[in-house]
Amino acid sequence: MSGVMKRMGMIFRAKANKALDRAEDPRETLDYSYQKQLELLQKVRRGVADVATSRKRLELQLNQLQNQSAKLEEQGRKALALGREDLAREALSRRAALQQQAADLEVQHQTLQGEEEKLTLAAQRLQAKVDAFRTRKETIKATYTAAQAQTRIGEAFSGISEEMGDVGMAIQRAEDKTAQMQARAGAIDELLASGALDDPTGMAKDDITAELERISGGADVEIELQRMKAELAGGSGGQQAIEGGRPNPAEQPRTETTKFDKR
Amino acid sequence: MIVRIMGEGQLELADSHLSGLNRLDDELLTEMEGGDEEGFRRTLAALLDAVRSLGTPLPDDSLEPSELILPAPDATLDDVRRMLTDDGLIPGTV
Repeated sequence: MSGVMKRMGMIFRAKANKALDRAEDPRETLDYSYQKQLELLQKVRRGVADVATSRKRLELQLNQLQNQSAKLEEQGRKALALGREDLAREALSRRAALQQQAADLEVQHQTLQGEEEKLTLAAQRLQAKVDAFRTRKETIKATYTAAQAQTRIGEAFSGISEEMGDVGMAIQRAEDKTAQMQARAGAIDELLASGALDDPTGMAKDDITAELERISGGADVEIELQRMKAELAGGSGGQQAIEGGRPNPAEQPRTETTKFDKR
Repeated sequence: MIVRIMGEGQLELADSHLSGLNRLDDELLTEMEGGDEEGFRRTLAALLDAVRSLGTPLPDDSLEPSELILPAPDATLDDVRRMLTDDGLIPGTV
């Protein structure tokens, strides 16, 4: 079974946590709490002032009663001197009533004085508590601010390292992509060369085409050679003059050339 | 364990005192639930006296969370009942 003090403790903690959670900045909560304490202190002080005012009012009333009492005594004395005992009796009986009132007021005065002392003491104790709270509050606020700054610095550092990480990742990605493209290019070259892949540019040739071209290319050379020989046969002396002095031994077995030289 | 008496401050109590205090505390709850104002006042005074005599007051500048909280000596049965209802100690924070 949960008793009163446990339940109050639980409720208080739950409430305090909710109140604190809702506050964006715990420093504001502390300041708010301090403000409330100051208001409470102000109320207590006002209470002390009210009691002191009442006490002073009672003191004034007591003084008035004592003055009236003294006056009545004087009047009684005069009445007696004048042989008016009846008047003297009246004055003394009124004085007795006033003295009774004064005694009552005196009791009230003492009670108020006691209250005032207690309240003054309570105000002083509360003042001490509020002062202590203010000191503690400022310490907590400073600690919180420092912790917040530390967190910010930490966040900044982690932010920097994250950015650096991003750069590293980008470089890595670029490298990977390059290597991949190189590998792909190499593979394409091989595939194109083997004819397994058609070159969309039309530049690559399959092996049969290549062989046909090689053969026809050789035939072209032969045709061109014949054409040049025919030109030379119908030819000019300039060509002979140039080559006449320095016969090429490699060409000696060629009969046609030898015929030119002998002419 | 730290016990707060509302309006008075906090006291530190050895756990060994807890069972004795719990008996009074449970009695207080029963009286509160039964609406026994006179019994409530008597038990509350006894409980507060026990806590005051067994506990050591904490310095004013310490800010410790209280594990147990007791009503102020002048709290009435209705006051405590109100504090324990849904609206709790700090109104409007639910």
